Amino acid sequence: MKPSSHAFAENARRALHDATLQQALAKAGVGFVDKRRGAIAGLPEFEALREAGRAIKDHSLANLDHYLARFEQQVTAGGGQVHWAETPAQACAAVLDICQQAGARMIAKGKSMVGEEIAVNDALEAAGYEVVETDLGEYIIQIAHEPPSHIIAPAVHKTRGQIAALFEALHHRPGLTRPLETVPQIVDEARQILRDKFLAADVGITGANFLIAETGSTVIVTNEGNGDLSATLPRVHIVLASIEKAVPTLEDASVLLRLLARSATGQEITSYTTFFTGPRRADDLDGPEEFHVVLVDNGRSQMLGGAYHEMLRCIRCGACLNHCPVYGAVGGHAYGWVYPGPMGAVLTPLMVGLKEGRPLPNASTLCGRCEAVCPMSIPLPKMLREHRRREFVQGLTPPRGRWALAAWAYGARRPWLYRKLGRWMVAMLKLMSGGRGRFRSLPFAGAWTAARDLPAPQGGTFMDQWQRRKHHG
Amino acid sequence: MVDARAAILGRLAKALRHDTAADAPAVVQRLNEKARGPQPQWPESMRERFLAKLAKVSATHAELGSRAEIVQAVGAYLAAQNLPNHLTAAPHSLLNEVAWPNDWRLEQRRARGEDRLGLAVAFCAIAETGSLMLLAGPDSPTTLNFLPDDFLCLLPESRIVPRMEDAWALLRQERGAMPRAANIVTGPSRTADVEQTIQLGAHGPRRLHVLLLRG
Repeated sequence: MKPSSHAFAENARRALHDATLQQALAKAGVGFVDKRRGAIAGLPEFEALREAGRAIKDHSLANLDHYLARFEQQVTAGGGQVHWAETPAQACAAVLDICQQAGARMIAKGKSMVGEEIAVNDALEAAGYEVVETDLGEYIIQIAHEPPSHIIAPAVHKTRGQIAALFEALHHRPGLTRPLETVPQIVDEARQILRDKFLAADVGITGANFLIAETGSTVIVTNEGNGDLSATLPRVHIVLASIEKAVPTLEDASVLLRLLARSATGQEITSYTTFFTGPRRADDLDGPEEFHVVLVDNGRSQMLGGAYHEMLRCIRCGACLNHCPVYGAVGGHAYGWVYPGPMGAVLTPLMVGLKEGRPLPNASTLCGRCEAVCPMSIPLPKMLREHRRREFVQGLTPPRGRWALAAWAYGARRPWLYRKLGRWMVAMLKLMSGGRGRFRSLPFAGAWTAARDLPAPQGGTFMDQWQRRKHHG
Repeated sequence: MVDARAAILGRLAKALRHDTAADAPAVVQRLNEKARGPQPQWPESMRERFLAKLAKVSATHAELGSRAEIVQAVGAYLAAQNLPNHLTAAPHSLLNEVAWPNDWRLEQRRARGEDRLGLAVAFCAIAETGSLMLLAGPDSPTTLNFLPDDFLCLLPESRIVPRMEDAWALLRQERGAMPRAANIVTGPSRTADVEQTIQLGAHGPRRLHVLLLRG
């Protein structure tokens, strides 16, 4: 998809004034936070697992070349095929090639964020294939022609009424008058429509939460069972995976699985956790005849060992989105690309360029809640600051910001001037407030005072107060 | 794609300052050791823990004194759910010798789209999370776990292990290698994609019923 991250300010303004979106966001935010808190409170070993999980990812990344090579060797030994892709274009070409060789017409797709990243649906549809998203949330946004707004709950921005209207418009045929009001009715409708698609599909595409080097297995974590149906019923199973998903052993994946479900949905484990290893065996009664894994780099090998290395520990749980005050206020679409929230604000500039993505690292108060809840302890605020630093160095900061920073730096290097100006500002503001202690409105601060008062300075500058206290002991 | 492979692995090796493609000793050791992470603890017995967690994910269970009670337990479930006496069962040794009533229609095969009820046998169960593990193979077609509306799973009590890591150890010991699919199933299918409201039976089974076989 074409990114619109550069227009974050405008996107955010629209989101804040969208009453339906605000209603959906208000409903979602609290639920995720409470469920995660409850799940973690119920597991005294959580902190120990978090440390162990981080160490597993650090070790896996420090030996990523070895583990990917071992993974490939094991997939091949089990009768599967590994395809390597440096770019989204190469990854889509690999998928198209497999579909063409299989003589496919219809493709059933499980949820895959790397699939969104490489825009595989667009590539497949352009080549004439019918692609059906089978995760309920993904199906909803597919028929709404929208990108996901959350990495684990893609249709979190949609209300029940909006979903019912979408289904009504698309599924409604003469003589078909199934009621579509309650949640069970909506879920049942999707179940009936998609069941036929699973059974008719020639190729199934799923993502991967982990790749196991020891066994050549790919792991998916789902609740609906759509990923398993997509991987079992069609003749060909294609797994899309980014290269940082590799871990050494089944035991290592077991540690990460305990962290993933709790951090994402507050579950101890999801309904279905599946380890796929190769195509169907000679005496199996079902399963695909072909098993392909497309390994996607798309800039990750360049992140390794650099300032954004630790971002590669991300297991895509979405906790940072759920706890971010900015995400909670504007939702995922305002971020303008595939990955929203704090993790998206780090990844997007790396994948679509800092020029396009530069508003995202700036749309943060750096409050640190994302880092605090991250099961992989990724220092997200540190990386957002690094983006800001690079933005300034590369001259991408808009003139107003540059001038303001230059003016501040001029003063900061001249303490006598800074203090003088500070005292003058305090005196002026005190005078202007007319003793009321706060401002209802103020020139150049309209955005602030539109929603709240600005307190007037009390008792002199910080340096003056500091000096006074020093003298009074 | 050979070029992409070389380019990606080359960049990784360069960033990590690895001189050769040979596995580092730390990597070989790690793969051989299969070390476990911190293991969650609980006070209850494995059986109690398993059943408590099973109930928490909205699955049900029945207790069977012996294999002779399988027909009765399945019959009771069919009656309770008001289902016809049709079932698709896995061609598993524990089910092969069951004397099904003559007026039941029973087929031992993979599942099809129209099947209402599937019956399979778990490879083992995980007490920590109330999960069943099923391994794809000639005696356990994966479609049975996902296509029918009602999924019945026979579980000998002796096959409950404490944690996922114990299930992997059992798999390595008894099978030696991974099957095409190892399914860890915890409760029926569910979704929260419509307004964060949990709804059972999204695409997979609407109900999961465990037949716990004593002894």
